[in-house]
Amino acid sequence: MSELAVEAEGLVKHFTSRGGVTRAVDGIDLAVRRGTVYGVLGPNGAGKTTAVRMLATLLRPDAGTARVLGHDVVDDADAVRACVGLTGQYASVDEDLTGLENLVMLARLYGFSGPAARRRSTGLLGAFGLGDAGARQVKTYSGGMRRRIDLAASLVMSPEVLFLDEPTTGLDPRSRNQVWDIVRVLVRDGATVLLTTQYLEEADQLADRIAVVDHGKVIAEGTASDLKRSVGQGTVQLRVADAARRGEAADVVSGALAAPATAAADPFGLSARVPDDPGAADRVARILPALAEAGIAVPEFSVGQPSLDEVFLTLTGRPADEGEAA
Amino acid sequence: MPDTTAAESESLAPPSESALREAIALDARPARPSPVSTTLTFAHRALLKIKHVPEQLFDVTVTPIIFTLMFTYLFGGAIAGSTAEYLQYLLPGILVQTVLFTTVYTGYTMNTDITKGVFDRFRSLPIWRPAPIVGALLGDTVRYTIASVVTVALGLVLGFRPDGGVLGVVLAVVLLLVFAFALSWIFTILGLVLRSPNAVMGVSMLVLMPLTFASNIFVDPATMPGVLQGWVDVNPVSHLTTAARELMAGTAGPGDVAWALMASVVLTAVLAPITMRLYRDRT
Repeated sequence: MSELAVEAEGLVKHFTSRGGVTRAVDGIDLAVRRGTVYGVLGPNGAGKTTAVRMLATLLRPDAGTARVLGHDVVDDADAVRACVGLTGQYASVDEDLTGLENLVMLARLYGFSGPAARRRSTGLLGAFGLGDAGARQVKTYSGGMRRRIDLAASLVMSPEVLFLDEPTTGLDPRSRNQVWDIVRVLVRDGATVLLTTQYLEEADQLADRIAVVDHGKVIAEGTASDLKRSVGQGTVQLRVADAARRGEAADVVSGALAAPATAAADPFGLSARVPDDPGAADRVARILPALAEAGIAVPEFSVGQPSLDEVFLTLTGRPADEGEAA
Repeated sequence: MPDTTAAESESLAPPSESALREAIALDARPARPSPVSTTLTFAHRALLKIKHVPEQLFDVTVTPIIFTLMFTYLFGGAIAGSTAEYLQYLLPGILVQTVLFTTVYTGYTMNTDITKGVFDRFRSLPIWRPAPIVGALLGDTVRYTIASVVTVALGLVLGFRPDGGVLGVVLAVVLLLVFAFALSWIFTILGLVLRSPNAVMGVSMLVLMPLTFASNIFVDPATMPGVLQGWVDVNPVSHLTTAARELMAGTAGPGDVAWALMASVVLTAVLAPITMRLYRDRT
């Protein structure tokens, strides 16, 4: 069997509207290894959802091919549907029904007998912290509960591949962390997860590999550290104890690092991009002794990899949150 | 309402890893269910929705009452000389109209499913593809039956006396349910094509007006201008209404009943494949 759970080559989908033809997905290649989390990262309107809908057999590609666990998404759509779970903005549960009724219905549709469907649904509700809410209509659920019931619904059949389309958009941090924890457990147990997100942090936290998508194309692909490395070594961040001496500190830092230091908005803050050359690490190490020698107290000092925000900015020339509307 | 539920969710324990594992683990995958069982699951869903949102039955219970009372007492004297006599003519027709108006909910519900994303969840399942639609249509027959019972019961109270007896009335209702099922495919198409549930409602009414009012439901078409008569004669609703009248009166010949059944078959044969095509290719 193939090592790849999801593979796509040259996927294209365009939509015709009054404004002409939009190439929502414009030739996307993806290769997702089994048992990993793959993040598709991009701003609103980048084509993430359209790509997932094609992989989940909800949309026919206009060109290109895609296979899920070796099954073609067009020719063998039913086999794909049998091993895939889908959760997202566009695949939801019925708000008028209770949480339990929704899960039982799905379990019945997957072929569980009545009592087995009920058992499985009750178990899932309990595990997702929805045991008490199971008898209530889904429309009364909070945002976090809603997302958990959606997730539970896509796990009724223990799918081998799970597509999560923006699973945490609009969630508070606590609910978001719950969703992340669930995803981690699933993957540890062998599932493959493909998730789309516009949150760089989410991709960084969960994904083994990330494809950065913009205007329907993959503009960069790799692990989070690959992507960060492609932007540069990282940054030095520090805070001086005395704001009046920040200018002096900037001179010391840029002297030691052989790179310019920039003042942060915070009057005590200072940062400098580490140049991408072999001697850079040694020069970073020289910053603190040099500051001590100059008698400048530095209560905070850190060296970090660039954030994915910086990656996105470098790749697209604009911040991640300035994408066009979908 | 959202405030109280948000507070409740805070008290719920976050998912524990072992519980999650246990709940998701699956020893054996069940066999794929048959098309019939899948369709019945969707029909059951429609019933659950009626249970949770009983307000949706308001239309099917109150509308027939208003229509029957209004038309009987407003036009009865003028059209048939007496309200009692008009009721005898009108009731089977008003039954037809009531049930046909109820069919628009099929499209409305389907479009709501699409806009809410429920529809995509169904489409992502490995099931017999027409099941969500056929199941919904079957579930809707419950609505039609309720509307029929209300209309006939009110008619009986007001003095309607079907000479065809219980059997005649039941057969008329069954024929009507068959036709309503077939006609619903028009609304599933509208539900799939139009953008919002309200648009579906609006356009559906435009379809239903000429079908129901330009028929023999309310008046004998003999006094209508030629062109209109021509339409009334080919309008399947006219044949359905005549068949319902004859069945209830116990005088039914095979003619109009066959016509209504034939129209049902043709509607389904033409519209169901179009619906399924739209369903499959929906973007």
